[in-house]
Amino acid sequence: MRSKSIKSLLVAVFSLGLLILSTQVLAQHPEPKEPAGEPAKKEKIFDANEVIFGHIMDAHEFHFLSYKGSDGQEHHATIPLPVIVYSKGKGFSCFMSSKFHHGEHNHEGYGLLTNEKIDELKLDRNKYAAGHIVAVNEAGLIDESVKVYDLSLTRNVVQMLLALTLLVFILIKVARKYGTGVGVTSAPKGMQNTMETIVNFVNDEVAKPNLGAKSNKYLPYLLTVFLFILINNIVGLIPGTANVTGNIAFTFVLSIISFIVILFSSNKHYWMHIINPPGVPGWVKVILVPVEILGVFTKPFALMIRLFANMVAGHILIICLISLIFIMAALNQYVGWGFSPFSIAFTIFIYFIEVLVAFLQAFIFTILTAVFIGQAIEGAHDDHAHAAAH
Amino acid sequence: MNFFLLEAMANAGGAIGAGLGAIGAGIGIGQIGKGALESIARQPEAINDIRSNMILTAALVEGAALFAIIIGFLAMVL
Repeated sequence: MRSKSIKSLLVAVFSLGLLILSTQVLAQHPEPKEPAGEPAKKEKIFDANEVIFGHIMDAHEFHFLSYKGSDGQEHHATIPLPVIVYSKGKGFSCFMSSKFHHGEHNHEGYGLLTNEKIDELKLDRNKYAAGHIVAVNEAGLIDESVKVYDLSLTRNVVQMLLALTLLVFILIKVARKYGTGVGVTSAPKGMQNTMETIVNFVNDEVAKPNLGAKSNKYLPYLLTVFLFILINNIVGLIPGTANVTGNIAFTFVLSIISFIVILFSSNKHYWMHIINPPGVPGWVKVILVPVEILGVFTKPFALMIRLFANMVAGHILIICLISLIFIMAALNQYVGWGFSPFSIAFTIFIYFIEVLVAFLQAFIFTILTAVFIGQAIEGAHDDHAHAAAH
Repeated sequence: MNFFLLEAMANAGGAIGAGLGAIGAGIGIGQIGKGALESIARQPEAINDIRSNMILTAALVEGAALFAIIIGFLAMVL
């Protein structure tokens, strides 16, 4: 009886809460119509879409925050990065991205597109996106005839190189320590504990069960992939950094390397099972063989999509929860303040899950690579077992 | 049919597709968790093997769901 009354009380409270908070909330607010002829001061409205994509996408600078200075101008706290562009007429140009002044200025005949610029010039969104570098002529207009090849060190590239340096530094330090004799016969010290745990884990849980006797041959590759994804995942979780593993180009290259390793380690039996599966009726082969051939390509494709989508989804989730405060605040300032503790609590919760996901995705990428290599190097003894069963 | 309705339908289609993908993955991962828990209850000493296989299978199921979400996203964007 008592639980029933509590239940009905909860229902009442939640319905009341829903009733209060059920106002129309739009992520993109329609621009208020300005009276013609009067260039009214534009109030900057919070645009969740722009914030989310500004975080997820690659950029030519590390952007930390924007604030309004005492002079009424908007200032950005950023770290500029080098821009390297090539176009046919001008050849290579190399300068810092701060020369663009966040898209306000053009430099050496190039301009940086921003969302405001695209809206202002009414450019085609399918062709141009914020953050792209375009060629401009003397009048400051976009020159569509010039194709610009952007080879810049964007923030994803810079952060990946930094993470790589950090990883190599840690590994060399640990390796040197083993060279001096610490940890060989005695207990490991300091960073050796972490690395030894990781190496043991990859060896015992990933390589040995899937690759058996040949695991030592593939262990260096598996460890490299594991540590590289792990360090990039973890560095990407630090606020203000770029989303490296959530970049499709990054995961594409990793999966291509895995694909090459799988193909090079494949043996005759692997290809026989694909092209002419033994013990299968002829008419089933008509269906089975195309599926098997497609399967060769879907495996690395799934590796690529899985890592990419997991990291992007995690980052979007975190930034959506933070954006919710500002969407609520656009409704009413006090609702925004009242909502922020819940939002921050949820964000911290998701953040810890993301730390777990950072390890999990590195593990999954590695173990799936090991499983696929294991399938490719599998010997003939399995066939006899199948034959005996039939 | 005017352009805005078309775009709205594309958005709705993407969202519904992603939702259906999530339902499928939810059922699949739930089944995996159920199976893993039952087998751990039967053979607690095999917990390590079961756990790593559980994560592996869950990752494969999740991959299918992520395909659905990516396709849904493409339906919205393109």
